[in-house]
Order: sequence, then structure tokens, then C-alpha cells
Amino acid sequence: MSTAVAELHEAPTEPRVNYLNATYGIRSWLLTLDHKRIGLLYLGSITLMFFVGGMAAVLMRLHLTEPQGALFEPETYNKMFSTHGIIMVFFFLVPSIPATLGNFLIPLMIGARDVAFPRLNLMSWYIFITGASLALFATLSGGVDTGWTFYPPYSSTYSHTNVTIVALGVFVAGFSSILTGLNFIVTIHKMRAPGMTWFRLPLFIWALYATSLIFVLGTPVIAITLFLLGMERILHVGIFDPAVGGDPLLFQHLFWFYSHPAVYIMILPGMGVVSELITAFSRKKIFGYAFVAFSSLSIAIISFIVWGHHMFVTGQSIYAGLVFSVLSFLVAIPSAVKVFNWTATLYKGSISYEAPMLYALGFIGLFTIGGLTGLFLASLATDVHLNGTYFIVAHFHYVMVGGAVMAYMGGLHFWWPKITGRLYPDLWARIAAAIIFLGFNLTFFPQFVLGYLGMPRRYAIYPQEFQVLNVMSSAGASILGIGYVIPLIYLIWSMRYGPPAGPNPWGAKGLEWTIQSPPLTENFEKIPIVTEDAYNYGSGASSV
Amino acid sequence: MSELAHGAHPQGFAHQFEDIEQQRDAGRLGMWTFLVTEILFFGGMFTSYIIYRLLHLPSFVQGSHQLIVKFGATNTAVLIFSSLTMALAIRSAQTGKKKGTIIFWLILTMILGAAFIAIKLRFEWYRDWTEGLIPGVHWFYNGPHAPGVKMFMCFYFFMTGLHAIHMVVGLGILTVLVIMTARDKFSSEYYSPLEISGLYWHFVDIVWIFLFPLLYLIGGRY
Repeated sequence: MSTAVAELHEAPTEPRVNYLNATYGIRSWLLTLDHKRIGLLYLGSITLMFFVGGMAAVLMRLHLTEPQGALFEPETYNKMFSTHGIIMVFFFLVPSIPATLGNFLIPLMIGARDVAFPRLNLMSWYIFITGASLALFATLSGGVDTGWTFYPPYSSTYSHTNVTIVALGVFVAGFSSILTGLNFIVTIHKMRAPGMTWFRLPLFIWALYATSLIFVLGTPVIAITLFLLGMERILHVGIFDPAVGGDPLLFQHLFWFYSHPAVYIMILPGMGVVSELITAFSRKKIFGYAFVAFSSLSIAIISFIVWGHHMFVTGQSIYAGLVFSVLSFLVAIPSAVKVFNWTATLYKGSISYEAPMLYALGFIGLFTIGGLTGLFLASLATDVHLNGTYFIVAHFHYVMVGGAVMAYMGGLHFWWPKITGRLYPDLWARIAAAIIFLGFNLTFFPQFVLGYLGMPRRYAIYPQEFQVLNVMSSAGASILGIGYVIPLIYLIWSMRYGPPAGPNPWGAKGLEWTIQSPPLTENFEKIPIVTEDAYNYGSGASSV
Repeated sequence: MSELAHGAHPQGFAHQFEDIEQQRDAGRLGMWTFLVTEILFFGGMFTSYIIYRLLHLPSFVQGSHQLIVKFGATNTAVLIFSSLTMALAIRSAQTGKKKGTIIFWLILTMILGAAFIAIKLRFEWYRDWTEGLIPGVHWFYNGPHAPGVKMFMCFYFFMTGLHAIHMVVGLGILTVLVIMTARDKFSSEYYSPLEISGLYWHFVDIVWIFLFPLLYLIGGRY
């Protein structure tokens, strides 16, 4: 790989015309219909949200360095973790890979000039910005303390914080998800280049297709749920108030009907990214293409019938609990299929360890831990012990941060040369990847132990004996924070000072690597005709 | 195929597509996907309604008796008829009828849609207001099963309200279609906007077809 990089440093030059310099001025960005520019608009907005949500997390971890709490009143602490959860889930993780990399890459990967509905695409961004602004406004003007799950009757009757505005923000942002999912589904069905059959699609596209199905089928339900919650707060009619015949559990059922599939909205695109990275950096065809493709679809489908595992201890019928437990175990099958296929792809590959690959390998390990600990929680008996403890916090951070964010970072590094046309300093990128991996594990592994020992989540104080593990976790969080700031710096630096990347710095396969970087506004001078399968490595043409 | 190879494109052709056929397919699939979303959207509400109905059956039957079936039935007929006129508008475009014919059917559809909303407002919601049947806002009901009837009326207003919002959006879309037709945007070659708006209109109609028995009729049978 080092020789390849050395060659590339002298060869490529910046293409004269591309989508970044085709037009100038703020209007040309805010009114753009180009999927690549809209992807960048999303990138900017969700990066802001990521650092806002991250800031809340850092403050929480600082607070928890002392058993009595170092910084805040308990009320403020409640607002802090609620802000962190709401911002990270609804305004970073859900749109992260689909709205940025997905928007940028789907047309490039399938050989199209744009998504099917460019205007709708821009509208999705404006809707997202409206929702995000409402949520940020609510946070700054007093905050919200319900946690990201908005459970009534606390959220509907007792909380005196800005629940209604935040719920409205999430409600609004949901329509951005729906329209993005709709756009992707139609684009993938109808806009593929000649010869780009379903089984020649990159697996990233399959993953986003499955994600879009969840967007379209799940998001409307959370919209209605939050609508009912908002109405209850405004009118006090008792929809979720047991005193007058309402049922708080109904809220939880409706909420998790969306929010469990939403977990797969966050992880499926990451799995798609990892399939791309693993093949590119082991220079091999994916092992078992059809299995990986269909595992995405089966995860999407199964995700809709497991929501009850969030409610094992809430008074749900024990028989329903049994069924949900068994169904939840089913998710492990397609997830394991993916992990095994990635591992088999690595086997006898000619592996190189550029930064994106480090993230991909990190993903496989951390997602596996996150996935396996999920089985503890899907078992009725162990869940009774672990529910509501830090074990759950650790579990979903292994999947969401160790999985989804790792994949997002890997994808961003992999396609950055395509997006900006510039290379970033690979050494710094590897250092940052290593720091993130270490910081992440130091933050969240102690939380598994804390949870097993019985420390409940969402408490501002804790008994003395948990302090060592909490300090370890907080130390890890500060390392993790540094790990995220370093890429922010060198990626911004590379936009101006990075050397030109050339069309295909990694020697990777796929239509997006056959065109100039940054691409033309119309993507392809001539719509390509596809004649080979995805990941056709080892058939000449590769540079290593 | 490059942009140049196409030469003259039909009206309404968007640059990201290769040909008008692809554009038409994309529009149609887009609308169907949107309608699936809408089904889930109303589905959350229908599910909640049905669960509460099962939990509080006598109250919901009592609540159902607060509604006046003849207005609901009239509105059902009005909406079904408007679906017919909408279909005739599309048919006229498809068979290359004069634009006056298309506009006639579209405006008739709009009149029927507006009539639906007018009946809903004047004879139902306004009456609910005068009788104090609006939960949380104007509530004076003191008959039997008061809490359950309140819950029923809540869902009645949420469901018919959401439906009415969809009707108003539909009227907006129809207005745009009338203007587009008047400006000769459509022909027997290109009438996708009419067709996919028709899908939406029929969908809103079908939602009412489910709302009417759920809210007005099934209570009367006990």
C-alpha cells in the first residue's frame, strides 16, 4: 500500500470542474438540488449535533467522577442525559450514515445522475433543520428531563420541562426520515444504470434499502405517538393517565414499535459501510454476497416484531414476554451471518491497515460484544437483573458508538477523498482511530461491570464502592472526546491543504471510484453500463 | 446516453431521469411508498383507538351515540362520489380530452371535497362545540361513562381531524392541478401529477371508509 500512496501523491491533480466549484455563493448551497451538496449540508448539521450531544455526555461523565456528583443538581443531571440521548439518537445517529454518505453515494454507486426526487431531498434537509432547531431551542431554554424515551405519566403529567417542544422537534424531524427513506427506495428501484442488477448492487445499497424500509414503516408510528403525548400535555385529557382509563403501557408499545427498529436504522447502514471497507482493504470479493444482502432485509423485518423485549419488567404479560424473548434471539442470526461473512472475507485477503480499515475492524469486534450482550438482555431471567442498570447503557453504546459511529467514521474516512477530492494525513487518522478505540473501551467496558454489580442508570449519585469504575469510565470518555476532535481538525485542514486524491486512492471497486474526485455535478459524463459483479477484486485493474 | 442524445423532451421532464417512462414509474412508486407511510401513520391511531375501545367497550358505545350517523353517511357518499370525479379527471387526461373537461372534473372534485369539510364543520364539529363535547377545550358532558366518553371523543377528534387535514392538503393539490391543466402542462403522453394525486385522493377517501364504521356504526349494534 505504501508504494501505491507514494505514486498517488505525485500523479493526481484537482479536476477543473466539479460539484464543489460548479457554482458559488451561499444561495447555491441552500437552494441546491444536487444530492452530493445536500449530503454535505447534512454532514455539517449532524456534526454540530454530534458535538452538542457529546458535550452533554462529557459533562455527565465529569459529574459522575464523584459519588455525590461533582457538578450539577440532580435535576440538571437529568436534563443532561436527556439532552444527550435525544440529540444523539434522533438528530445524529438516525440521520448519520443514510443522510450524509447515503445521499452522497447512492446515485454514484448505482450509476444515476441524482436521487429520484431532488426537491424532496432538499426539503428533507430543511425539515430536519427545523426539527433540530426546535430541539436545540428547547434544550437551551430550560431543557427536558424525561430521558429520550418520553415515558408517561412522567412526561405527560409530572415533568415541568420543555417536553412538548422537544417532542415536536422529534416529530418534525421524523418527516425528514420518512421522505429520505422514500427517496432512497424509489431511487434504488428505478434509477439503477443499465446492467446494475439487484445482485450487482454494492452491499451498502442493500443495507440502505433495508434502512429505508424501516424509515418508511416505523417513523410514522413514532410521529403519532408523540402527537398523542403532545395532545395529552396540552389538553390533559388522560390518554395515558390510568386514573381516567388511559394506559401508559400503550405509549411504551407504540414508542418501541418505532424505537426498536430505529436501532437498526442506526446500525444497518454501518453494516453496509463495513462490507465496503472490508472488501476494499482485503482486496477480496465479499464472502457470501447473497447472505449478507438478505441478512440486511431479514434484520429489517425481524426488527418490527421484537419491541416487547424493552418491556419485560413493565407488567407486560409473561407469555408475550416469552414470545418477544424468542423473537429477539432471532435477530442474532442475520447479525452473526454478517460477522462471519466479514471474517471469512478477511481470510486469505491481502489486508492493509489504512484508517478506514482500522474503523471497520474495530466495528466487527465492538459490534460483536454489543450484539452478544444483547442476548443477555433478551433472556427473560437475566433481564430482570440487568434491566435499568449500566449494563444496558454499556450494551447499546457498544452497538451505537462502537458499531454505528465507528462505521460512520470509517465510511467518512473511506469516501472523504471522493467527497472533497483531497487526502487527509493517514498517520493522524490511524492515531485517531486507535485513540477512539481505546477511549471507547475504557469508557464503556467498566459500565458492563457496574451494571452487573447493580448500579442503576440515570442516577445523579451512586454508592462509594462504584467510584473506581466510574472514574475509569470518565477517564475513557475524555480520551474518546479527544479522539473525536482530532479528525474534526485534520479533515477540515485537508479540505484546503490536503493533496489531491485522484479518482481512486484506495484502488477500490465500485462505480463511485470510476469517476473524478470530487465528482461532476451530473456525476457521470455518460451513464455507465455495468458488466461485472460488485467487489470484483483480483481481476486486474487494481493498483496494489 | 447523454443529455444531448435525447433532443426534445416532453413537458415536465426532469433532468435526473433517462426517459419519461422512468420518471412516470418513479413518481408512481414514490406515491405508493408514501401511502404505505400514511397507512402506518393512521395505523398507530387506529390501533390505539381499537385497544381503548376493547378496554372500555360500554363507554365507547355510549360515545359513538354522541355522533350523528346521517351526517357521517352523507359525507361518505360525498367522498365516494369525489373519488369518481377524480378518476374521471384522470381518464379525461389519459384519453386526450380537452383541458376544459379535465378542469371540470377537477373542480367538481374540489367542490365535493369542500362540501365534506363544510358538513363536518357546520353540522358535526360546531354542534359538538355547542353541546360541550370537545375534551380539554369545551367539555360539559355529564351523562353516563363520562371518562370513557371523553376518551372516545378525543380519538374522534384526532382521527377525523387528521383526516380533515389530509383533505385540506388534497384541496391544495387539486388547486395546483387545475392551474397546471389550465397552462397546458398535461397531455395524453404526460399526466403523472394527475395520476399520483389521484392515488392520494383515493387514499384519503379510503381512510374515511374505515373511520365511518369504526366511529359511527359499530357502536349501534350493541
